[in-house]
Amino acid sequence: MKVAFYPGCVSKGACPELYVSAKAIAEPLGLQLEELTEAPCTGAGVLSEQNPELSDSLNGLTLAMAEAKGADLMTICSTCQGVLSGVSYHLAKDEKRLEKVNATIGDQGFGLRYSGKTKVKHLLWMLFEDIGLDRVRAAIKRKLTGLKIAPFYGCYILRPNEQLGLNERPERKTYLEQLIALLGAEPVEYRGSTKCCGFPMLAFNRDKSLSMAGSHIIEAKDKGADLLVTPCPLCHLNLDGQQPDAARVLKTTIDVPIFHLPQLLGLAFGYSPKELRLEHHVVPTKGALEKIELKV
Amino acid sequence: MQFTIEIGRYNPEGTYAERAVQGEPFPPPWDKAPPKRYQTYTVELTEHAVVLDSLIAIREYQDDSVAVRCACRSAICGSCAMWVNGHAHLACKSKLTEFTKDGKTRVESPPSMPVIRDLVCDMTPFWEKHFKVKPWLDAKKPEPGPMEEYRVPNAAMEELIQEVSCISCGACLMDCESFAVNPDFLGPQALAQAYRYVGDPRDSKTRDRLGEYSGPGGIWDCTHCYECVTQCPKGVDPLEQILKIRRLAVDAGFTNNPGTRHADAFAASVKHSGRLNELTLLPKSVGLFNVFGQLKTLPSAINMIRAGKLPPIIHKSIPGVNRIKVIFDRLGGRFK
Repeated sequence: MKVAFYPGCVSKGACPELYVSAKAIAEPLGLQLEELTEAPCTGAGVLSEQNPELSDSLNGLTLAMAEAKGADLMTICSTCQGVLSGVSYHLAKDEKRLEKVNATIGDQGFGLRYSGKTKVKHLLWMLFEDIGLDRVRAAIKRKLTGLKIAPFYGCYILRPNEQLGLNERPERKTYLEQLIALLGAEPVEYRGSTKCCGFPMLAFNRDKSLSMAGSHIIEAKDKGADLLVTPCPLCHLNLDGQQPDAARVLKTTIDVPIFHLPQLLGLAFGYSPKELRLEHHVVPTKGALEKIELKV
Repeated sequence: MQFTIEIGRYNPEGTYAERAVQGEPFPPPWDKAPPKRYQTYTVELTEHAVVLDSLIAIREYQDDSVAVRCACRSAICGSCAMWVNGHAHLACKSKLTEFTKDGKTRVESPPSMPVIRDLVCDMTPFWEKHFKVKPWLDAKKPEPGPMEEYRVPNAAMEELIQEVSCISCGACLMDCESFAVNPDFLGPQALAQAYRYVGDPRDSKTRDRLGEYSGPGGIWDCTHCYECVTQCPKGVDPLEQILKIRRLAVDAGFTNNPGTRHADAFAASVKHSGRLNELTLLPKSVGLFNVFGQLKTLPSAINMIRAGKLPPIIHKSIPGVNRIKVIFDRLGGRFK
C-alpha cells in the first residue's frame, strides 16, 4: 500500500530512532513510503494559535503534496496528526478557507492545488483501518509475552473529538491497548494514558510541565508497567528526555523506559534493539528488554 | 432497565455503611484527596434515564444520606457537574446507557477540587478564579443615558455567543490538566469569561485586561491539552478563547514572556528552514539572557547529548524551502 509519508521534524531531529524504526517496520507491514521531503513543519499548534491563516496554507501545502501523490497521508506523531487533522477538517468544510489556501499555494512555482480530500492517518490508525490486524499478526516473529506496557496516547490524537473523527470511530481511543495485547504483552490500565505529557508548557513553566510528565509515569510504574509506549515523539521528549529532571522535581526516582510505537512493533517483528536504536534513549531500555531476553 | 451505580462516598465524620469499600488511593497529583469509599446501588429506571435520575432515585428511595447538588435537571444551572467514569460531566446530561462501563457507572466528586460531602465538591477555587478575571463590563465613557441603549454591532456580540453560553458548572476546571499541577492557573472557565469581556466592544479596560491575563497563572500557563474543549457541556471551547486572548495580547504588545518568545523562535525556524530547529527553540523560548532559566535546562540537555539524541548542529533546510518563505511573506503577519 502506497502512503504519503510525513515523518515530522522531531523524527528527523531529536528522535532519530523514531524515523529509523518507522522505516524499518514499513516493509513487513507492506507499506510503500513515499516521503514528503518538501513538506514543511505543521507548526505544532504554535503557529496556528498565533496565525491560523498561515497554518492553513503551510499545512494545505502538505495536504496538496499528498494529494498529488494520490495517496493517504501517514503521520508518526500525535501532534502532527492533530494539526493536520484540524486543517484538513476545516478545509473540507469551509470553501472560503480552502480558496484562500489555493490562492496562496496555487501559483509562483508551487503548481499545486488542494481539493480538500486528503485523508490524514497516524500509523496507529492505519494498522487497524487500512493495513489490517491480520497483516500485523502475520508479521509478528517475537511475542512480547511477559511485558506489562502502559499506553500513552498524547493529547492531539485524542482531542478534540470532531476534528479527529472520533465521533464516527470511538474505537480509535483504544487502539494502543488492543495493539499491546495483540503483540502478546499486557496493557496497563491507568488514568494517565490519555493525559497531557506537559511538553507544550516545558518552555514556559518547566517545573509544572515536568511534574505532569513525572506523575503519569509514576502512576504507570505503580500499576506495574515495565515500559510506556507512545505514538507521539513530543511526548517522548518529555517522558524520556526530561525523565531524570522530572524525577528531581518530584524528589523521587522513576527509571521507566519510553518506547516509540514503531520501536515496539519492530521488536515484535523480530528486529534487534540496535536496529531500532533502542540504545539511544535517555532512560535505559535494558531492564525492559531483558524481560523478553533481549540485550541492547 | 436495571443500572448499577457506584457512588464515591466521603464525609468529614468518617462514618460509612459497612458495605462501602475503600477505593484505590488516587495517583499523584491527586494523592492528597481524602480516601473515599465506594458504595454500590442498583436502580430500576427507563433506558432514557440520565445519571442524575439514578442519584435522585437513590437519595429518595434507598439512602437519604447520599449528598448530591442539583437544581434544574436540564443542563442550564450548572450545579451537578461531577466525575462520571473518571471525567467531569453534568450528571443531568449524561445518559446512563452511554455511561455504563463494565456493567456499572462510577460517580464521584472530582479529586481536583476539595470535597465537602459525597458528590458535593467545594467550588471555592472555581469562584475565586472566576472573580479574579473581573468578569464584568467596565463600560466606555460616556455611558448612554438612562433611557438609551448601549448599541453595538450585531456581529460583535455574535462573536461572543460561545462564551456567554457558559453555565459556570466547572467541568472544564475539574479536568484541567494544568490546574491539576498548578493551583494558581486561572483555568479554562475564568479565561473563557475573560475573553467574553476582552472581545466586548463596550469595554474600556481591554488593554489592562490583556496585560493582567498575560501574567503568571494566565494565558501562557495553559498546556493546550483540549480536555476543557472535550468536557464542556455547552460548547464554549475554552481553549479556543484562551488562544484568542493570546493573539490579542501579542498584538497589543505584551510580548515579553516565554510564550511569545517560543512562538517567535518557532516561526523563525520554520520560515528559514521549513522545519523546527530543536537546538535553538528551547533556549530562545526561555530567553537567551535568562541565565537561571538556561541553567535549569542544562542537565536535560547533557542527558540528551549523552544518549546521542542531539539534534544536528548544522540545521538543514528542507528542499524547496523558498516556497515556505513565499507563504510567510504573504501571510506571516508579525512572523514575516
